[in-house]
Amino acid sequence: MPQQEVEVILTRQLASYLVMPVFIVGPTGDLLYYNEPAEAILGHRFDETGEMPVEEWSTVFEPTDSAGAILPPEKQPLVIALRDRTPAHLDFWLRGLDGARRHVAVTAFPLEGQAGRFLGAVAIFWEKAWA
Amino acid sequence: MKVRFWGTRGSLASPGPETARYGGNTACVEVRAPDGAVLVLDAGTGIRRLGSGGLGTPGRVDLLLTHLHMDHVQGLGFFGPLYVPGLEVHIWGPASTTLSLRARLGRYMSPPLFPVRLRDLPCRLSVHEVPCGTVRIGPFTVDSALVCHPGPTTGFRISTAQGTLAYLPDHEPALGVAGPLAGAGWTSGLSLAEGADLLIHDAQYDDHEYATRVGWGHSTVRRAIEFAALARAGRLVLFHHDPGHDDATLEALLAEAVARERPAFPVLASAEGQTIDLGA
Repeated sequence: MPQQEVEVILTRQLASYLVMPVFIVGPTGDLLYYNEPAEAILGHRFDETGEMPVEEWSTVFEPTDSAGAILPPEKQPLVIALRDRTPAHLDFWLRGLDGARRHVAVTAFPLEGQAGRFLGAVAIFWEKAWA
Repeated sequence: MKVRFWGTRGSLASPGPETARYGGNTACVEVRAPDGAVLVLDAGTGIRRLGSGGLGTPGRVDLLLTHLHMDHVQGLGFFGPLYVPGLEVHIWGPASTTLSLRARLGRYMSPPLFPVRLRDLPCRLSVHEVPCGTVRIGPFTVDSALVCHPGPTTGFRISTAQGTLAYLPDHEPALGVAGPLAGAGWTSGLSLAEGADLLIHDAQYDDHEYATRVGWGHSTVRRAIEFAALARAGRLVLFHHDPGHDDATLEALLAEAVARERPAFPVLASAEGQTIDLGA
């Protein structure tokens, strides 16, 4: 496994200390890491799922809008942050890998490192029941 | 390839009888190829002696700065080759997110901190920003990467036909890590150090000191050994000695760590004036 960029390593280390669920993806959208609070929302431990390609994570959690319509990947904040390299925010529903359905608010932002290197994106989840 | 230590101390120069064996000058290492080509790693106070006759008469000097903390640049204005008219001098180092390397260097090399401005130096000065991928400098192949330390900081991996040296003088690979270091993919600096014949690595603290200095950007002797093992380095040289550690303390730290960790590779503490021959 090639070494991650130091900014990504530091982001993961920060995420590992936060109580907000955090999801980190690389520049091609592959899931690199999610922290323990995110495990509670997504329904599976990161150690069990490991890294995941974008095609898989953007559909596996069955994101839907308030009417229950499937939310296409291009409307999801993390995909927007990756594609447009701009922050994005959205309320939606997802189904964790444990089968439970959850209402979440998600803010995503792109990760840019030294010399403008694009390193991926980060999403922070809030389960609406907590708000 | 010969590696000679001109300054091994971290943070602050600490000359005196209690540091006579390992030295009191701050970071500076000379890397010399068999054909005489030379790289200078960092410009701590040790660089003054190197630049005052220690270099010989090279046709070109390349100075690689890991970062711009004072203990790595304080000797810059006293580096003789900068004042040799027409001599080709290249400085490599990290920019910040808002300032070029030249602008950052100019903050130190200008009044009121220093009387001589960078632009007034008589040498033929070129400034290059790192990390910049793999570069060839004479017989040296140099790779650089950002590593875990406050502010933009790089480590270097230098290869010749004689071997590979990894230089990570200021590095905190254990930041945010409670247990063993993470795997290779998630440990800062691993790509530079992997399989190096010689690893020069930060070992400023003991475990007790580190407990109150987490996030300051440095490593313990124990973590340096763990990092070297993870990188499968051939030899580890402990570097960036704490200014508060006298010779006896350094020797005790090294002996204790080696007895406890039982590394499968040689570990030594860097000492001013010491030379390591990678081709030998």
